[in-house]
Amino acid sequence: MNAVKLKKGASSHSAYDLKSFLGDVEETHTLAVLVDNEAGVLARVIGLFSGRGYNIESLTVAEVDHEGSRSRITIVTTGTPSIIVQIKAQLARMVPVYAVNDLTVEGPSVERELALLKVTGTGEKRVEALRTAEIFRARVVDSTLESFVFELTGTPEKIDAFADMMRPLGLHDVARTGVAAIARGT
Amino acid sequence: MSRQMTGADIVIQALKDQGVDTVFGYPGGAVLPIYDAIFQQNDIRHILVRHEQGATHAAEGYARSTGKPGVVLVTSGPGATNAVTGMTDALMDSIPMIVLSGQVPSFMIGSDAFQEADTVGITRPCTKHNWLVKDTDKLASTIHEAFHVATSGRPGPVLVDIPKDIQFAKGKYVGPKKADLGHYKPQVKGDIEAITALVELIEKAEKPLFYTGGGVINSGKGASQLLRELVKGTNFPITSTLMGLGAYPASGDNWLGMLGMHGTYEANLATHGCDLLVCVGARFDDRITGRLDAFSPNSKKAHIDIDPSSINKVIHVDVPIIGDIGHVLEDLLKIWKSRGRKTKAAEIKKWHAQIDEWRAVECLSYKNSDTVIKPQYALQRLEALTKGMDRYITTEVGQHQMWAAQYLGFEEPNRWMTSGGLGTMGYGLPASVGAQIAHPDSLVINVAGDASWLMNMQEMGTAVQYRAPVKQMILNNERLGMVRQWQELLHGERYSHTWSEALPDFVKLAEAFGGKGIRCSDPADLDDAIMEMINYDGPVIFDCLVEKHENCFPMIPSGKAHNEMLMGEADTQNAIDDSGAVLV
Repeated sequence: MNAVKLKKGASSHSAYDLKSFLGDVEETHTLAVLVDNEAGVLARVIGLFSGRGYNIESLTVAEVDHEGSRSRITIVTTGTPSIIVQIKAQLARMVPVYAVNDLTVEGPSVERELALLKVTGTGEKRVEALRTAEIFRARVVDSTLESFVFELTGTPEKIDAFADMMRPLGLHDVARTGVAAIARGT
Repeated sequence: MSRQMTGADIVIQALKDQGVDTVFGYPGGAVLPIYDAIFQQNDIRHILVRHEQGATHAAEGYARSTGKPGVVLVTSGPGATNAVTGMTDALMDSIPMIVLSGQVPSFMIGSDAFQEADTVGITRPCTKHNWLVKDTDKLASTIHEAFHVATSGRPGPVLVDIPKDIQFAKGKYVGPKKADLGHYKPQVKGDIEAITALVELIEKAEKPLFYTGGGVINSGKGASQLLRELVKGTNFPITSTLMGLGAYPASGDNWLGMLGMHGTYEANLATHGCDLLVCVGARFDDRITGRLDAFSPNSKKAHIDIDPSSINKVIHVDVPIIGDIGHVLEDLLKIWKSRGRKTKAAEIKKWHAQIDEWRAVECLSYKNSDTVIKPQYALQRLEALTKGMDRYITTEVGQHQMWAAQYLGFEEPNRWMTSGGLGTMGYGLPASVGAQIAHPDSLVINVAGDASWLMNMQEMGTAVQYRAPVKQMILNNERLGMVRQWQELLHGERYSHTWSEALPDFVKLAEAFGGKGIRCSDPADLDDAIMEMINYDGPVIFDCLVEKHENCFPMIPSGKAHNEMLMGEADTQNAIDDSGAVLV
């Protein structure tokens, strides 16, 4: 088997020990999928996930190349290693898909999510909300005498933490974009 | 050179330029302009089916028997939804098919117009790709791209939805060479390092086995030739899935018969006992593997497939090779020959001796009768009486299908059309019509069961109209035989709704359609009845009344391994436990 450079996820074992080799532990992966920006392409990708029972933790899509008419879909998904390999293969064989990159395994990457959080309250809670927002470097993008709208960019974990802090201070509403991710370096 | 023409004319021109000679379809309001264009030309023959599902299966029969894509034309709404089963069938069995559907005019889409359905939405999961054409200028290149997608890589069905206003409007036509075919370009050449790794395994194997599938047939006749050369050169035994029958000849020395749930004893025990399993264009379907953690436990496994998502999907393999079977086998042979054509000949000879012992069990033997026709006997006689003829076989789905796979021998690819992955009852009659339209002078027989056959029996009308002399050999047990068999084995012999009460008189039915009806219930008359069927110049329904309670063996029960086969009735007591019963 030395002659062939086996790709990640492949093994020299037989079916008997497939599970022990690849593992049963679910992993979270962030996939960047470059697609034709054509009608129904998002439905195709979502249909693949729902039809084959894969998980979607987060999904974002937007056109990234107007002239080439290409969109980038960023999907955060969970599954066992063999399921992750299968998800990537299923995505890659779709006709409108140009490329599938697994940012989780292909080297360091940056992940960011944007959230808008509305916090209502007066008095000490209102002051505390503003103080906490400063710690998290959230920006106030709307303000009334009884409410703030904070804008926060960061990893999903940071946004989770901020939302947890705001909950006792009058968190009213949260809007999150889902994860956008890109590889570091050139 | 772009020319201006109506959308309907663009459709016809694009089909002509793609080399299409036959379209299976059914007209309706939203495709009237295309039907008008069909009326005004003679290059493309339109076959009027009786139901859109029939059109799709006929196109599958046409495609599978010719190697060319099948083309279907249906109207909007119910026309398109009726085609869904056939598209799903073609997707599961990797059959190239182009479905053109009419749609309500683009300015009415979304208004719940008459015969409107979200066709691209409905067919997205049952096609390889689909398109809604919103601009007549893009119609020609979309159709050309549709042919490209359907026929390249792993073949499959595609759908082009064409609103009625787009069919009327004028636009520019581009030919296949000028058309933008998109960026879909699957890899056809296999990785040489991986192929070399497989050659090393082939050189070292002592108990090797080729396990081949429909991918060999989809790759073209050349791939079957290369496979035969490889089998002959290595002297490895070979088995095949249902879809792959005929790629290697049934009369070949190394042939073990089909493997899997109703495969032969020797094929399944060889699969279980081999030390090298080379999967060529198959996909480790659950009908093949049985219990996964006991599937071929001691073998190294190689998998050649054009679809990367088939690799490691259910069975983990040691050497994956992504590429077209023909290309990969060519490189494989080249490398194997250049390294001196090495195999462990003495050990392989021993392996053959072991296999011969398994073969001696004669797993396909059955208890014959001189008072009632056994279905196995009927197929053995059919085989004997049609051997060597220019013959195409289609089937419906069920016991008869498995018996046909077991008892009929296929010497060439593209001679066997059956619904494998989806298991679509009602496939066989329209598929036989499609195969007969493609091969008007050949003998085309649909081996059917009574229940399956009724599901698309309206297509007898198509056969009669186009003088397609298809032979419908119905192994009539007045039962849904395979379901009945499972009820016997799994559900305490409670035969819930598997008795075909109130069957039609098939002889009168044949006559009512304008065909010939034959009935036979006596084994002594069987040969004459089969010959009468074959020799009649026109469509025939042969109502072959067979033993009603015959079960299909050998059988790997659900949840069991290949070495736990049931060989006959005596083995069936408590054969399937609760965990197996939940499996299909």
